[in-house]
Amino acid sequence: MEILALLAEGFATSLSPLNIMIVLIGVTAGLFIGAMPGLGSVNGVAIVLPLTFIVPPSSAIILLAAIYYGAMYGGAVSSILLGIPGASTAVATTFDGRPMAQKGEAGLALIAAAVASFVGGTISVILFTIFAVPLADLALAFGPAEEFALVLMAFTTFVGLGGDDIFKTIVMISLGLVLSTVGLDLISGQPRLIFFDMPGFYSGISFLVLAIGVYGVGEVLYTIETSRTSPAVTPARLSFAELRAGLVRMNRLWRTMSFGSVLGFFVGMLPAAGATPAALMSYGMAKSMSKKPETFGRGNIEGVAAPETANNAASTGSLLPMLTLGIPGSPTTALLLGGMVMWGLVPGPMLFIESPDFVWGLISSLYTANLAAVLINIALIPIFVWALRMPFSVLCAMVLVLCIVGGFAPSQKMHDVWLIAVFGIAGYVLRKADYPLAPLVLALVLGPLMEKSFRQALIGEQGNILVFVERPLSALFVALSVLFFLLPIIKMVARRRSKSTAPAE
Amino acid sequence: MMNKFTRRSALATLTAAALAIGSPAMAEDWQPNKPIEMVIMAGQGGGADRLARLFQSIIQKNNLSNMPVLPVNKGGGSGAEALRYLKDKEGDAHTIMATLNSYYTTPLRTDIGVDIEDFNPIARMANDNFILWVNSESDIETLDDYVAAVKEAGGTWKMGGTGSGQEDSLVTAMMENEFGLEYTYVPFDGGGTVAKNLIGNHIDSTVNNPAEQMGFYKAGKSRPIATFSEERLEAFPDVPTMRELGHDLVYTMQRSFVAPKDMPDAAVAYYTDLFKKVSETEEWQKYAADEALDAQFLSGDDLQQFLLNGREVHRNILDGMGELGS
Repeated sequence: MEILALLAEGFATSLSPLNIMIVLIGVTAGLFIGAMPGLGSVNGVAIVLPLTFIVPPSSAIILLAAIYYGAMYGGAVSSILLGIPGASTAVATTFDGRPMAQKGEAGLALIAAAVASFVGGTISVILFTIFAVPLADLALAFGPAEEFALVLMAFTTFVGLGGDDIFKTIVMISLGLVLSTVGLDLISGQPRLIFFDMPGFYSGISFLVLAIGVYGVGEVLYTIETSRTSPAVTPARLSFAELRAGLVRMNRLWRTMSFGSVLGFFVGMLPAAGATPAALMSYGMAKSMSKKPETFGRGNIEGVAAPETANNAASTGSLLPMLTLGIPGSPTTALLLGGMVMWGLVPGPMLFIESPDFVWGLISSLYTANLAAVLINIALIPIFVWALRMPFSVLCAMVLVLCIVGGFAPSQKMHDVWLIAVFGIAGYVLRKADYPLAPLVLALVLGPLMEKSFRQALIGEQGNILVFVERPLSALFVALSVLFFLLPIIKMVARRRSKSTAPAE
Repeated sequence: MMNKFTRRSALATLTAAALAIGSPAMAEDWQPNKPIEMVIMAGQGGGADRLARLFQSIIQKNNLSNMPVLPVNKGGGSGAEALRYLKDKEGDAHTIMATLNSYYTTPLRTDIGVDIEDFNPIARMANDNFILWVNSESDIETLDDYVAAVKEAGGTWKMGGTGSGQEDSLVTAMMENEFGLEYTYVPFDGGGTVAKNLIGNHIDSTVNNPAEQMGFYKAGKSRPIATFSEERLEAFPDVPTMRELGHDLVYTMQRSFVAPKDMPDAAVAYYTDLFKKVSETEEWQKYAADEALDAQFLSGDDLQQFLLNGREVHRNILDGMGELGS
């Protein structure tokens, strides 16, 4: 009950007229920043940071949190409408969001993303409110062995999918893992796979570049080919009736959404992971638990809801290690951390005791920011959808420009733009050959994390590989991984048995 | 017509004056016209990262720069990623890099095609300290307890730290030599992660900087055993130095800023001036005192000399460890 009292006090701060205005401004700005490929919440927060010094610290953190949240919502917009991930965290949203838009369901997909983000954000904030302090200990329990086991589990959800060709999935994961080793070795500092001695490869291959290439450019190429005869204008309208129908449909997804929220929150909480892996894992889980996994990647609304709940939940989760351990869970929280040091707050285990007004003001503002974000987002959907009614010839050129800008902006290197072109062509060829692209992106996101934690765990235990099953948490994840890997076989056996028993009756 | 003429002649006079005074005035002439990228040679949450972000905040709070400063972490390969990146930015006037000692060690260990002498020195903000830490749940209270425990573990004692060949591993190697110890060294990608792994009992000891453990220390979760500083640290008055305990182990970490090769002189002057102002702010003075930093400012040729000396010191340490690259 003490928590409720503290939270109520927090609300007293966050519901002041100044702070409500700050939330509205922050969320709207965040939405647009997130929707622009190449600009993510990191840029948003960095640009606004100086402004925060003119308001009191509690308002400042509210502004930053609002932008952070808004950008999380906004990232889905360009993923769905244009097939280019608006932010790295929205990569998984393109998998089904874009096919939905092509089927003329852009409005529905955007609603799904908004509602899912709201659910993910809200559930995780509630978890945060109740368990913030005890959960800090759980984050501490994650050492290298546990991290590795968790990542392994994420991979098996992608391998063990009933719908896709398992052989092709494994090929794509392997390719992604090879790409993930390009650059400087995390542990020894030695350069690896520097193709043609090009200096650009020293910093590795960013998964955002890969995603923009295979999804954004590859998509455009593919659409040009398929729509040669009919210059397709995506039919997209949105009426209130459709809005209502969309909300009703979301109602049925709530198992996926609650699962995605909890998963996202926990993965986001781990300092090494963050919102992008969380969204990908949630997508994989939703797909492997679905009765019709083959519909994923072809415009299944669940495939939008799963990553969107998880990435918002993870963005809340990653605030936890920042506040309680002083370790940021994502680039954006690292910036927030910088701000906190500036305001004279010492993040760490003592923060909740020493500065309760700050902590609870922040937590309560997450509730209001989330509510503001979903309302503003839904209000803007008709405008977003309207953009899709442009003739394809115009839209296509625009998408290509945004791909280039989105690839160039983060690193400011032409090297990445050329890579996008190469990946775009590769993505087009792979799609024609019916290879799944999602596992490729997943492997590049999780590969470095997996390799690093694997090696750290083994170094620490003198090469004893049993370390992964000797520790309880990691053993649990390994067991689940085996289960997910075997799931398709179990399903197959079950199907055969039901077939053989059916005629007997 | 008249007006224009006067303005032009005024400008000419100004230029002449600027030329006469020389470089100090040039700082006034040049201003960044887009956001300044602050490359950090380490991952998020470590000492270098926190400090760089603190500088960013100080600059923005006090309006010391007309353009925002954007910190970018490039911690891969013990900072090799950042060094390569800065090398590729030759002539750029909007990129600066926050350094730590891997600025010396990384190019010495592996040939990554970078000579730090090419970079433009901007400012040395501080020298940071190292402390030997254990989890507060452990029974170890003194250096003698510690040495005995590590010896008993027979090589399985897990010392966590930043990348191989980086500062933490050097301090670890110095300890191995001094006490005849053998560690299992587990590299992580940032001091913050190292600190967290000590508290979670995934590793047995660390040589974190004070700031990296401060939050946990204040919460009673970690215990300092001894410092590697020349004298006792103000923030830890009860913690003995290695030297007091009879072991000549002193190691500090420089926290400086450098710029790419061929950055225009006016821009170099601008950034030097900027950090000079930062070093004089109240916020920085307070932070340096709280976190046990030696905050003596250094710039220009003095700084370059300091950095090149540092490189020689590290060349010797690495040579002794057999870690020197070809």
